Amino acid sequence: MTKQDHILHRSWELPNTDAAAQQTCTKILKHAAEQGFNEDATFGIHLALEEAFTNALKHGNQSNPNKKICVEFLITPEKMDISITDEGQGFDPDDVPDPRCNQNLYKISGRGVLLIKAYMDIVEYNKRGNCVHMVKYRHDSRQSTPRAQNGS
Amino acid sequence: MDKTSPNMSIEFRGQVVVATLADEKILDETQLQALQGSFMPLIEQNPGIQLVVDFSNVKFLTSSVLGLLIRISKKVYETEGTLRLCSISRKILEIFKITRLDRIFEIYPDVDEAMVGLKKSQ
Repeated sequence: MTKQDHILHRSWELPNTDAAAQQTCTKILKHAAEQGFNEDATFGIHLALEEAFTNALKHGNQSNPNKKICVEFLITPEKMDISITDEGQGFDPDDVPDPRCNQNLYKISGRGVLLIKAYMDIVEYNKRGNCVHMVKYRHDSRQSTPRAQNGS
Repeated sequence: MDKTSPNMSIEFRGQVVVATLADEKILDETQLQALQGSFMPLIEQNPGIQLVVDFSNVKFLTSSVLGLLIRISKKVYETEGTLRLCSISRKILEIFKITRLDRIFEIYPDVDEAMVGLKKSQ
């Protein structure tokens, strides 16, 4: 089997439902396992996907069933590359309060972006803030260890 | 008297209530609402509750579950109760550490250690 055989690119347009997000999450995790991402890395990818889908479904698309979520997915022997775009107005991730600060520790929500950044190797948002692009490297020695984020 | 609901089993050990979460993965809104619907009446009906939440069955959870745990802790502390968490897997404990919630929750390796120091008899 050639290296090319291990490259897979998929695009999905999903209805704005938990069920559609879960199905897509399951497909992506299956590809991750097949490509040899280890258990810890797959756990991190799973968590990042759940948090990103929650942000898109609830915060971006405001739980509106008429809106869509677009997912771009690329997996190669070296990395997994995922973009999740909603139809919301977007947000500035730098404006999200640090949930680790003492005054925010007892807040009910606001930890998703922190967790995505901790478990994925690259996390970036488009200018509008309605698309998160995440990369996880397979051969990165950090793949089994979530990164400590700098506190503010 | 012990109780079982689809999402957790509840065991009364004297004055200590051990709630063992049943689901391996806690992901969606339905599961969260079911858990909230089980925990809140339990806390309301047992003021000053000494509650141990056992995570031994749980292999995966999201930040929404952390939010629920904070809601539960606020409710427990309102009634001057005690909340302890135990048997949290290494990977899930990492989530608590990243979010620094390991600083606000009392976390123990297992139920027996979580019971130490709690008032067991009436």
